[in-house]
Amino acid sequence: MNTIISPPASASNGAQVIPISLDINGQQHNLQVEPFVTLLDLLRERLQLTGAKKGCDHGQCGACTVIVDGKRINSCLKLAVSLDGASVTTIEGIGTETKLHPLQQAFMDHDAFQCGYCTPGQICSAKALLDEGHCKSRADVREWMSGNLCRCGAYNNITDAVMEVLEKEGAKT
Amino acid sequence: MIRFDYVRPSDVASATQAAHVGAAPLPEVRFLAGGTNLIDLMKENVERPTTVVDINRLPLGKIEAAPDGGLRLGALASNADTAFHPDVKARYPLLASAILAGASPQLRNAATNGGNLNQRTRCYYFYDTATPCNKREPGSGCGALGGVNRIHAILGASPDCIATHPSDMCVALAALDAVVNVSGPDGERQIPFADYHRLPGDEPWRDNTLKQGELVTSIDVPQGDFGAHYTYLKLRDRLSYAFALVSVAVALKLDDGKLSDVRIALGGVAHKPWRVPAAEALLNGQTPSKELFHQAAARILDGAVGQGTNDFKIELARRAIARALAQAVAGTPQSQSDKRIK
Repeated sequence: MNTIISPPASASNGAQVIPISLDINGQQHNLQVEPFVTLLDLLRERLQLTGAKKGCDHGQCGACTVIVDGKRINSCLKLAVSLDGASVTTIEGIGTETKLHPLQQAFMDHDAFQCGYCTPGQICSAKALLDEGHCKSRADVREWMSGNLCRCGAYNNITDAVMEVLEKEGAKT
Repeated sequence: MIRFDYVRPSDVASATQAAHVGAAPLPEVRFLAGGTNLIDLMKENVERPTTVVDINRLPLGKIEAAPDGGLRLGALASNADTAFHPDVKARYPLLASAILAGASPQLRNAATNGGNLNQRTRCYYFYDTATPCNKREPGSGCGALGGVNRIHAILGASPDCIATHPSDMCVALAALDAVVNVSGPDGERQIPFADYHRLPGDEPWRDNTLKQGELVTSIDVPQGDFGAHYTYLKLRDRLSYAFALVSVAVALKLDDGKLSDVRIALGGVAHKPWRVPAAEALLNGQTPSKELFHQAAARILDGAVGQGTNDFKIELARRAIARALAQAVAGTPQSQSDKRIK
């Protein structure tokens, strides 16, 4: 596994700088971050992982959803320093262009987006939903995807896409 | 976001010591757990701590048997892990249901039990630093009085503040007679749930009875036998991921067709989960009936006052209480995914 050492953050503003280590999509990162840096800003601004989006920046829209230690969370509401030692999976760690995750294929097949801005968060959320194993029905999926807003209103198609993968995965077990 | 000092203690004593500075009424030290409310409020410039004490490394994440036979919920256990803990699901389904009625899956994964108790109101004026708010800035006035107050209190409000406590989980904990365990500079103490949150009075900046430097370490839920007859009925402006306009937690027992040990707690209507023991006493020993449920509802809502945009909540609460009692008696608790109210 490669170890990436990011250049230290500028401390010229006098802010405290704290060393942290994060596993991000299977790569170890040793970082120096100021305490006020959220996980979302760290991913987007420092590590150029711009899949997770900044929609509302207040935990209301779900566009910033990533998976930390197996649990989906809003990365905009998490200080990076508080996650020292954690494992983070972003949309960049789910499938590749040549080998899509089944959810990514289902989102395309079902036209589950228009502008696509919410899609990385939707897919991270849906992946965690499948792993959690609480959803059995369409009503369950609607409830358990409610933390991800879609301003284009592709909700029915998003539900169709998640249901398709849920039913296929269910058929496997 | 504002600049602040960050410390990450590894034991409770160092955490409470780190927080034992600053002065009332707006201490400048904040404990950071899940961050879902605090970080948001810091971005809004509502919370402006000079020091953030990250308590995530403290050993407070367990859910285990309490000494009295009940369950002890660690302050740092997440809301999601609590709702799906086998003992919570089996013995306290009311609590699981209330937790799952709140927020979103992402927020419940990050939010902790201690943080759920200590979250601040979602009053629009508290959040909007361009408007007056006695809770945010003592003495500045109340924007919600005479303003838009759809989500505001109908019970226990004061001329200084009509904010509500936003938690769903706390409504169930109130109904279940939980006890909050805290640790602070003066040692440990236990606070009965009814005494934990407070009414605004003339000190609306104080949400609860914690003293400076005190930290919630766990919550004890006493033994109870409410697995058969309970419900958490939450009414809101959209079907999911919205705060309650009115919510009702009911737990009760039926002995030979007679009601006993009835508990009714309301959310979304006051500065704290609202319980009226006299209304519960009215029901105990009686044969359940719609008429009786409405009598209890009337007793609970005795003294309710609308503030303009929230006048409808008095009638909504009256019907919700009667409906929730009927659901609990019938043993048909409200589903939190299929939202049809039966």
